[in-house]
Amino acid sequence: MANLLNEEVSKQIKEALSPMQNEITMVLFTKESGCNTCEETEQLLTEVKALNDKISVEVKDIDKDKEDVEKYHITDVPTFVILDDNKKYKGVKFQGIPAGHEINSFLSAMVFMSGLDLGLDQKIVERLSKITKPIDIKVFVTLSCPHCPGAVATAHSLAMLNENIEASMIEAQTFQQLSVKHNVSGVPKIIINDEFELVGNHPIDAFLTELEKI
Amino acid sequence: MFNFSIDKKTQSSEFDQIKKWDFLVVGGGPAGLNAALYAKRKGLKVGIIVNEIGGQLNNTTWVDNYIGFSMIEGEELSNKFLDHVKQLEVPILKGVYVQGIEQVKQDFNVSVSNGKEYTTKTLLLATGGEPRKLGVTGEKEFTNKGVTYCATCDAPFFKDKHVIVAGGGNSAVEGVIDLVPWASKITLVHRSQFRADKILLDKLNDIDKLDIHLETQIISVVGNEQMTGIQALDKHTNEKKLIKADGLLIEIGTEANSKLIKDIVETNEREEIKVDLNQMTSVPGLFAAGDVTEQPFKQIIISAAEGAKAALAVNQYLIQIYKGE
Ligand SMILES: Cc1cc2nc3c(=O)[nH]c(=O)nc-3n(C[C@H](O)[C@H](O)[C@H](O)COP(=O)(O)OP(=O)(O)OC[C@H]3O[C@@H](n4cnc5c(N)ncnc54)[C@H](O)[C@@H]3O)c2cc1C
Repeated sequence: MANLLNEEVSKQIKEALSPMQNEITMVLFTKESGCNTCEETEQLLTEVKALNDKISVEVKDIDKDKEDVEKYHITDVPTFVILDDNKKYKGVKFQGIPAGHEINSFLSAMVFMSGLDLGLDQKIVERLSKITKPIDIKVFVTLSCPHCPGAVATAHSLAMLNENIEASMIEAQTFQQLSVKHNVSGVPKIIINDEFELVGNHPIDAFLTELEKI
Repeated sequence: MFNFSIDKKTQSSEFDQIKKWDFLVVGGGPAGLNAALYAKRKGLKVGIIVNEIGGQLNNTTWVDNYIGFSMIEGEELSNKFLDHVKQLEVPILKGVYVQGIEQVKQDFNVSVSNGKEYTTKTLLLATGGEPRKLGVTGEKEFTNKGVTYCATCDAPFFKDKHVIVAGGGNSAVEGVIDLVPWASKITLVHRSQFRADKILLDKLNDIDKLDIHLETQIISVVGNEQMTGIQALDKHTNEKKLIKADGLLIEIGTEANSKLIKDIVETNEREEIKVDLNQMTSVPGLFAAGDVTEQPFKQIIISAAEGAKAALAVNQYLIQIYKGE
């Protein structure tokens, strides 16, 4: 297959990844057949990995690597998680290929998972640390949505800072069944614990206020 | 296949190092970016605080009226603006919202959703606009259940569906064009006559699946779980009619995003900010530019130009009027 990233795009990604601090690992789940976008997603991850030596990629099979499927709560493919330098899962997940506008949330997730300071004031970090219930955040996106990467990046930063929080970007067209289940017909749409809905992009403290209500 | 908003996130530490800014710009659309460019060239200590670089340019597929660029994608134009600003190394704090602006003596304190506060001698509000709402029953209830304000974001959900587009200006016509690859049928509904440029209107002639209802006012959005149609009033016959549809794209212009300062400066009845010839609001040192102001023609080039004016005026203000430290 031809390269997904041409020279120009590679250069931009390389530059965007230059603030990376420590190593990260991306664990991608695919399956042998019946997955239209698995190959493309794997190719994207592999090509991005080649642009920064702090990145490694592991590819797993959803039907075979049961232990990992359970560990990272994988439900469908293609899905990948990003682990920190201790290979710890901090709840940062992507369901579907982060192409189009989502390249931005993908870059942001890598850079911040590598340990770059999220730049949040201590007040916010403290509020966040008080959340003790398990929280699952689904952020539905389309790849043509310019406002979506912001919502995904906010959800991911909440996950990075609190181990009870898991946050996933879900590409609505690839994960159509899930989108239908959650009545997604506009994005970004955020579903918390499969129950509460938030529409649009929100500042981190507003997001946090929603989580505090749960 | 990739839409970058090319930028390394400014490390917030870089932003935090400066105790007092000469000039902080809130917003990174055409107005804010151009203001920063001009201010930096004057040697001012300037920074941008922005939620989403590009602003409304991101919602615009094609721009064909910014001189020097024919038929450029909104996003590409935004990237060109940003590139230019980045060459001058203007610090940008992005992905955050400004949540409060307070005047303290001659200065301004700006509080941001990352929990931090920054102080500046002068401030520009270039927060642009948000999609104007129709204000009819059912609109809110069915938002994201068929009702949308962003054609590019939500067009994929309208594959093989019937979508109504509300509005008669350029952005409504562009909305129709954005939906063509997806929708099976498009109906444009507008309460009066077209305001869009002729060059754009001509493009509608070739779209077979488009129906146009002018002088037709939307009264309500109806549906159950999802929207199923609209009630509209035909102003010629004075008859109400139900138009069945799966989606409604509302493109009826913008509302000024002025809430941060509307209580401390003069505004007009639409809550757009009043400014003088130098883009200064009724509060000295506090400037506004672009779609957030009273200026009636909401355009990229006009917003960018207002940003430039504001920056030059800020420079003058700092030299001639500012008395703080
Ligand atoms: C669909 C559509 C098509 C259009 N087509 C054209 C066209 O072809 N040609 C043309 O000339 N014009 C067009 N326009 C109009 C043009 O996009 C606007 O006039 C222009 O973008 C206004 O620029 P601005 O900088 O004033 O504001 P905006 O572009 O609205 O930018 C506002 C900025 O402020 C930020 N912001 C807002 N609130 C906050 C906050 N609290 N904290 C931090 N940041 C904040 C936003 O993230 C954004 O960066 C179109 C508009 C739309 C919606």
